[in-house]
Amino acid sequence: MIWPIDLAILTLVVIAGIGALMVKDLLGAAILFGAYSFMMCLLWSIMGAVDVAFTEASVGAGVSTVFFVAAVFRTSRRTKD
Amino acid sequence: MTDLISMVVAKYNYWIYITLMMIGLYAMIAKNNLVKKIVGMNIFQTAIILFYVSIGVKKGATIPILEHGHGPNAHHVVHAVDYINPLPHVLMLTAIVVGVATLGVALALAIRIYNNYNTLEEDEILAQVREK
Repeated sequence: MIWPIDLAILTLVVIAGIGALMVKDLLGAAILFGAYSFMMCLLWSIMGAVDVAFTEASVGAGVSTVFFVAAVFRTSRRTKD
Repeated sequence: MTDLISMVVAKYNYWIYITLMMIGLYAMIAKNNLVKKIVGMNIFQTAIILFYVSIGVKKGATIPILEHGHGPNAHHVVHAVDYINPLPHVLMLTAIVVGVATLGVALALAIRIYNNYNTLEEDEILAQVREK
């Protein structure tokens, strides 16, 4: 584990997570959540968990984002918080 | 005091895990929109996966794939110290799949709620429920 990269990616993970919860648009929240999942995937390949990393890249960053975007298009984009 | 500081700095992965978990818990409780609550639930799940994967990390170890495991000069003595512990990884592989399944069910329920009440905000749904 290379700790400077680890620390940088951890910071990006926290920023993407807070951003996904703070943004006032549900489509933006879905895309930021995809970025969060991809940062998590990078984190796991840094920590040597390559099997978890590629499962997260396909299932977490791929399928989850598609689910969120599909749900947002079937409902509404606006949100109060 | 310096012991405490060095312990806090050395375990920074765990502090970030606690931070992410509390962000997810806050979103699940305090956010008003149902999709935001589901995003918070997913952040909570990935925080727990981060904790388990952090347990398996070892200094100076490689990824858990057997070295010199085949070929003419293959030797079969495995030094467990040289490899990252793969047991938490396998457990968390299951957790990721379960997380996507719960995400699908939660979003399907949110779509049904939207079709019934024409809103995703929790307070508006509760107001409509009280009116009936």
